[in-house]
Amino acid sequence: MTNEQYSIVGTCPPRVDAVDKVTGRAVYGPDVSLPGLLHGQVLRSPHAHARIRAIDTSRAQALPGVRAVVTAGDLPGAEERAAGSGEGDPQARTMRDYTLASDKVLFVGHLIAAVAASSPHVAEQALALIAVDYEVLPAVMDVLEAMQDAAPLLHETMKTWSLAGESQAPSNVASHVRYVKGDVVQGFAEADVIVEREFRSVTVHQGYLEPHASTALWGLDGRLTVYTTTQGAFGVRDHLATLLHLPLSTIRVVPTEVGGAFGGKNASHLDAIAALLSRKAGRPVKIVMTRAEVFLGTEPTPGTVIRVKMGATRAGRLTAAQAELYYEAGAYPGSMMDAAANAIFGAYDVPHGQVDGYDVVVNRPKTGAYRAPGVTPACFACEQVVDELAERLGFDPLEFRLLNCAREGTRQVGGAVHTSIGAAEVLEATRAHEHYRAPLEGAQRGRGVAFGYWGNWGAQSSSTISVNADGTVTLVVGSVDITGTRTSLAMQVAETLGLTVEQVKPRMGDTDSVGFTETSAGSRTTVATGIAVVKAAQDVLAQMCARAASMWRVPVDTVSYCEGVFSTSQDPGQRLPFAELAAQLPYTGGAVTGVGNVDVQEWGVSFGAHIVDVEVDPETGRVTILRYTAVQDVGRAIHPVQVEGQMQGGTVQGIGWALYEGYAYDGEGHMLNPTLLDYKLPTALDVPPIETVIVEVPYPKHPYGARGVGEMPIVPPPAALANAIYRATGARVCQLPMTPARILQSMGVI
Amino acid sequence: MPDKIRVCTTINGEQVEFLCEPHQSLLECLRDVLGLTGTKEGCNDGNCGACSVLLDGRLANSCLVLGVEIEGRQVTTVEGLASWRGLHPLQQAFVAVDALQCGYCTPGMLIAARALLDREPDPSEERIRTWLAGNLCRCTGYDKIIRAVRAAAATLAKQAQEVQR
Repeated sequence: MTNEQYSIVGTCPPRVDAVDKVTGRAVYGPDVSLPGLLHGQVLRSPHAHARIRAIDTSRAQALPGVRAVVTAGDLPGAEERAAGSGEGDPQARTMRDYTLASDKVLFVGHLIAAVAASSPHVAEQALALIAVDYEVLPAVMDVLEAMQDAAPLLHETMKTWSLAGESQAPSNVASHVRYVKGDVVQGFAEADVIVEREFRSVTVHQGYLEPHASTALWGLDGRLTVYTTTQGAFGVRDHLATLLHLPLSTIRVVPTEVGGAFGGKNASHLDAIAALLSRKAGRPVKIVMTRAEVFLGTEPTPGTVIRVKMGATRAGRLTAAQAELYYEAGAYPGSMMDAAANAIFGAYDVPHGQVDGYDVVVNRPKTGAYRAPGVTPACFACEQVVDELAERLGFDPLEFRLLNCAREGTRQVGGAVHTSIGAAEVLEATRAHEHYRAPLEGAQRGRGVAFGYWGNWGAQSSSTISVNADGTVTLVVGSVDITGTRTSLAMQVAETLGLTVEQVKPRMGDTDSVGFTETSAGSRTTVATGIAVVKAAQDVLAQMCARAASMWRVPVDTVSYCEGVFSTSQDPGQRLPFAELAAQLPYTGGAVTGVGNVDVQEWGVSFGAHIVDVEVDPETGRVTILRYTAVQDVGRAIHPVQVEGQMQGGTVQGIGWALYEGYAYDGEGHMLNPTLLDYKLPTALDVPPIETVIVEVPYPKHPYGARGVGEMPIVPPPAALANAIYRATGARVCQLPMTPARILQSMGVI
Repeated sequence: MPDKIRVCTTINGEQVEFLCEPHQSLLECLRDVLGLTGTKEGCNDGNCGACSVLLDGRLANSCLVLGVEIEGRQVTTVEGLASWRGLHPLQQAFVAVDALQCGYCTPGMLIAARALLDREPDPSEERIRTWLAGNLCRCTGYDKIIRAVRAAAATLAKQAQEVQR
C-alpha cells in the first residue's frame, strides 16, 4: 500500500482529540455542567403492553427539592389529541407517544413522566411517588407471532404498507418490501444444487460505554440550548423543532464528545424531556441514563428470522437466490429490514433473485441502527448457505465466491447497479493471504470464511475553513466526530492546502456555527464531509490566488499554487508561501474563509472478507478463536492506523454478536439481563489480536479515492465464525448468539 | 435531606476536604462534588471498569466505594497521571499507537494499566489481557490497548535504568 502521490493522505498522525482523552479533559454528555443545574430522572413503564388509565404526579410535585414534573400532556399537540380533533401527521403522533407515552405503553422502558430536582437522588425519590394506573394488555414479543391474525395489536390503526397499497385490516406488519430480479422459479430450475435454511437472531445492543445524556436550558427569551451526546446535532435540532413546535433558529444543539455510538446515538431520547423540564423549572436540567435504561430505553437492533434459498450449477455458478426477512421493529416501525433486504445478496452476481422483507412491530424497545444496520444477521444467513453450496459442489469456499462475486456493472436484486467496486480484489487478497493457506491441525478445529457487502452513505455536509494570520487554518465541520474524523478531515484539508496536519485546527461545530450536516452514520463522514472540506479548501485557495493576484497586479488566472507556494506565470520573481500570504491578509482585504457545502449522491460501497480459525471444546461447546484476519476494500486509507482501528473494533463487535450477546426476556416482556454482567460484551481475554489487510481500490468520485470504512467490519464475523464452527464440529449453527449450549445442541450432544 | 459528612482525603497528591451524603459513591463524589469528571460512569455496578481509580495504590471501581470510605486515604484518578512536565508514559503510548477511539474507557484503562505496571513492570500480553479483562472497551477490539501497555512498560523500564545509572 503506497500513496507516493500524497504527502499527508496515507500517513498516521496522532488523533487531534487524543491528549484531551488520555488526560480526562474531554467533555462527554454526562460531564456537562451549567450554573444552577438541576438533575432529571425519567419514569419508565414496567409493563410491555398496557393502557394508561391515569397518572397522578401530585405527590412527586410536593416533594421538597422537586422543581418540575412533566408528562405527555406537556408536549405541544397533546391538547388536540385530548379533544379528539384530528391527530395531524401520524408520524408526529408517533414521535410524541414515543417521547412520552399518553394512552398506551408499548414496551418495558417506555417513557411516561420525568422529574427535575436538586439532586439525582431527590429526583429518583420523586419518581417513586408518581402513581400510574395501568390496565395490563397481552404482549407479543416474537416477530412471527406478531404476524398472526390473532396477535395483540400494538397500534390499533396501523396497516401494512407495501407496493400493492395499504392492507384492509390493521396489522403489526408495518411494511412489506419485495425486490425482484429475473425469475427465481426459472433460476432454481437451472440449479444442480439448492440449499435452503432458516436462521434466527435476537436483539443486541450497540454497547457504547457512555450512557445517553442531555443538558437543556430553555431561556425566557425563548431560546433553547441543548448539550447532548449525539451522532448528529442537526438531526436533534430537527427532532426538537418538530416535536416542540419551535422554529429551527430558536434551537442550538451543541454536540459533546461521544463515548461510543455505533448507530445508537442517531435518535434523540432525552433532549426534548430535558428541554420541557428546563422550561418548567426555569433552570438548566441534565438527564443521564443508567446502564439499565440504556438497554431498555434506547434503540438496539431488531431480532430476526431469515429464510435463504440459493441454487447453483455444477460449474459453480449461482443461478438463483431468494430470501425472506422478518425483522422485529420494536414498538414502532422502522427496523433496518430495508437496508438488509438490499444488501443480503449485494456481494454476488445473482441472475435470478427475490427478496421479501417484513418490518413488524412487537412489544420491545424501538430498534435502530447498529453499524451496517440490519445486515449482519443477513450476512450470517446468506454466507452459511453460500458456504454449504460451495462444499456440496466441491469448491474451495473463496474460489466459489470469486466465481460469483459482484463486479462493475452487476445489477443487484435491489435494483442498483454496482459501479467501481473492489469485491474481487478483496477475495483475491484474502485467498492470497498467508492465513488462508496456513496449516490448521488438531481435532475440533476449523477455519471459516465469510464475505460481506455494505452500501455506505453520502448526503449533506457543510464546512468552513478560516485562514489565520499565522498560516494555520481553522476547520469547522457540521459532522460529529465519533471515530477520529476530526483527524481524517484535517488531513484531507492539509493535503489540499499543502499544509502540515498540525497547521489545520479542526472543530466540531454546533448548529449555530455551520450549515446543515447529516448525522455521522453510514460510514459517511470521512467520505462526504471529506468532499465538503476539500471543496472548502479549494475555495480558500481560489480566494488566496485572487489576493496574490491583486498584490502582484497580475490577472488571477496567471496565479497558481504548487507545493505550498503561490506564484504567477507573469513574473517568476513573485513567490509567496502560504503562511506569508496568510500574514498579508489583514492588509489586502481582510479574512479569507472558504466554504464547502455538498449533497453527495454517489459514493463508494464496501466489501470485506474475514478468515477465522476456531477450536470448539466438544464437552462444553466453548469456542476459542485462534486467529482472525479481516480484509477490506477501503478505497484509499486516509489514515491507515485509524482504518485498522475501525476494522479491529468492528470485527470484535461482530464476534460479540456471534458468540455472546443477546437480550433475554421472561414471558411477560421483561428483559432479564440489562447489566454489563449479564449482557456479555467481549473482554480483552475473549478475542485475539485482529489482523487486518487494507485493500485499496480507489473510488473515483472522492478526491482521494476514499470509501466508507467503519461499518463493513461488523458484517462478516458471525458468518465466518459459524462456517468455522461447522468445519470444526460438522454442525451448522443457525441461531445467534452461538452460545456453548446452542453449539452442543447443533452437534447433537445435548 | 440526609446529613452531610465531612471527608478529609488526598486526591492526586493534594489534600482535599469535602462534604458528601452517606449514600454517595466515590464516583459521584469525584464527578459531582469535586468536578473531577475524568473518571467515567459506564454501568455503576462494577462491571465495566470505566470508573477505575487507585485507592492507596490498589485498583478499585469507584462506583463500588462510598465517598465516606476514602477518609484519610490516597486516591489517584486519571487527572493525576500527567504532570506539568508532560504526559505519563502510558498516556504517551496510548496517543502514539492510537489505543483509543471514543476515549470513554480510556481513563479507566490507563488507571488499570498503571496499577498493573506498578506491580509488574514487564507483563506478558496474556497477563495484560487478563488484568484488563475488567475494563470494557467497545471501540478498539483491545489490540492497540495491549500494544500501548507493552510500549509503556518498555519506556518505564528504560527510564528506571537511566535513573539507576
